Amino acid sequence: MSEVTNVKFAGLGGQGILTCTDILGRVVFDLGNDVKKAEVHGMSQRGGSITSDLRFGEKVLSPMISAGQADYLIVLGEDQIEPNQHFLKDGGILVKPSDFDAGKLTNKRTLNVALLGALSKHMDFSVEQWMGAIRGQFPERLLEVNEKAFMTGRGELAE
Amino acid sequence: MSSERKLMSGNEAVALGAKHAGCALGVGYPGTPSTEILENYSKLEDCKAQWSPNEKVALEVGIGVAFAGTRTLVTMKHVGVNVAADPLFTVAYTGVTGGMVLAVADDPGMASSQNEQDSRNYARAAGVPMLEPADSQEAYEMTKLAFEISERWNQPVILRLCTRVCHSKTIVVPSDSKDVPPANYVRDIKERVMIPAYARPAHKKLRAKLADMENWNCTEGPNPIIGNGSRLGIIANGVAALHAQEAAPDAKVLKLGMVYPLPMKAILEFIDSVDDCLIVEEGDPFIQTEVQAAGGKVRPRMERYRYGELNVPRVKRIVDGDDSEEAAPPRGKPPQLCDGCPHRASFQLLKNIGCTITGDIGCYTLSVLPPFETMDTCICMGGSIGIGLGMRHVLPEDQARKVVSVIGDGTFMHSGLTGVAEMVYNRPKYGHVIVILDNGTTAMTGLQEHPGTGKSLTHIPTGKTVSLETTCEAMGVDNVVILDPSRETEAFEQAVKDAMASDDLTVIIARRPCILAVVRDAKFERGETVR
Repeated sequence: MSEVTNVKFAGLGGQGILTCTDILGRVVFDLGNDVKKAEVHGMSQRGGSITSDLRFGEKVLSPMISAGQADYLIVLGEDQIEPNQHFLKDGGILVKPSDFDAGKLTNKRTLNVALLGALSKHMDFSVEQWMGAIRGQFPERLLEVNEKAFMTGRGELAE
Repeated sequence: MSSERKLMSGNEAVALGAKHAGCALGVGYPGTPSTEILENYSKLEDCKAQWSPNEKVALEVGIGVAFAGTRTLVTMKHVGVNVAADPLFTVAYTGVTGGMVLAVADDPGMASSQNEQDSRNYARAAGVPMLEPADSQEAYEMTKLAFEISERWNQPVILRLCTRVCHSKTIVVPSDSKDVPPANYVRDIKERVMIPAYARPAHKKLRAKLADMENWNCTEGPNPIIGNGSRLGIIANGVAALHAQEAAPDAKVLKLGMVYPLPMKAILEFIDSVDDCLIVEEGDPFIQTEVQAAGGKVRPRMERYRYGELNVPRVKRIVDGDDSEEAAPPRGKPPQLCDGCPHRASFQLLKNIGCTITGDIGCYTLSVLPPFETMDTCICMGGSIGIGLGMRHVLPEDQARKVVSVIGDGTFMHSGLTGVAEMVYNRPKYGHVIVILDNGTTAMTGLQEHPGTGKSLTHIPTGKTVSLETTCEAMGVDNVVILDPSRETEAFEQAVKDAMASDDLTVIIARRPCILAVVRDAKFERGETVR
């Protein structure tokens, strides 16, 4: 089977897990990949744990990421590492809020997009590709704060 | 790469498929994971969708549309079919004129449900054909196919979805689109009025149609064979077929897209074409049972795989014949009532008083978890009232007086009204107390409207609100008390204590809006996009 990249997001309901998965989904979709994104929401949106799986490549079958299969695990809180670490493959990359200076975020609700900025350093997509997806995701009035959050997470925010 | 390709959830794909099939009206009742089908459908051009008070009414409205000669999509979650089962079993006899598709979303593993019933059993029990997509492209195509099958055989068709299809996004390439057929009523009382004399031939006609559909399913059904090995064969349906392809890339997979009536001749031929054959299906051993009854030689089912969702590692275990204990997945943080949720004050009060709470289904079911642990029973939508009454009828006085039925406003509209009729009709000796937690929305499924909010599915005022208080008063409840659970805690406490001490029938409406709905409504007022 062709190479599939597996990215798992974990956090609590309301932290913006589904939004940041959608943004990465847009990036890889626009590049012509086969994409599958799986998530469980509903009852768990009331502050409970949620995870979201994004798989992309030439051909993706199952929508779900198996234990030991994730190339990347992105957690919105350090407390989400323990219950989800088993998904990460050997040599897989963990992306967490302490990877960057989250204190620089002007709006703490943009932590999800900042984590995408931190993730972006490990992936081959250009900043412009990410920004295109961010522009497709948010209404006009939320663009600037999210673009800044992305660059903060990437560690490239112009002072 | 086609410019038409889109990344869509299964629910969005069903909505688009229904539009492209020429659907005239979408009806349903919200329920995870099915809710977004109608919400998305209502946002498509010229597509009208509406929530009914419950699934039974939704299906009946759909039957009316289909009897009137045009097409309808009816949506609900798996447990909703229990509510709608009465009309379902008989519309299978009458059949329909216009296409009717019932999209039902199962929840294996119970991400957000009270049971993991397998809707395929309804297809067999009622005699209704059933299609089952594995991803969004198939959800789109099978919605359209379901309408075609429905009109070819004049039968309702069930589209069975599951959480991983509804809430996964995969790529969809849409195709051609049909016009909505004009509605036109043609009288045919022998086909439409199911008195015994007309129902007897209707049942035979149904079975003849199912036999014809089975033949069609064997030769033209949506059941591709993937791969060409002759050693291992896997028969699978829906998303389980995708797991199987990934778990056993060398196997030959018969992917069943129409799971009732099963294409048994094609299945038996497939089994004969391989040395070793097994069935991979989520939930009950449905295909397994049918295939074994037809004499198909397949590996026996391991009972442990009836429970929960399947995934690639579990399917690998099935293929390997591994029946050993499975490791429990690490537990995450359970959901909880939001900070600032008005239900918090209500449950703190009821906990302090020491009530026995027959509970119901909604966000407030979360009160069973710490820190409240203030719910004694929860069975089904509307169940709080009848169960509370039953306990009140037989318990000794000191215990009976403690019983309080707690139900939300949306659930009350769904199936609480008949509970009130029961209470007024068969009055317990020591009376009864119902607390309606009225947060003005169907919060748990994502803030849907209902008759008590007085707004349509798209949040537009309908001009009339079905009032909880006047309805209860008109039905004969002795006392109806309305208060704000967050602001009037003392009055609330007194009202509950008074009601428990008296022999009256009391309904206490604890009215304060859901904090999420307040935010959503403000966004809507500003003209922003809301779901």
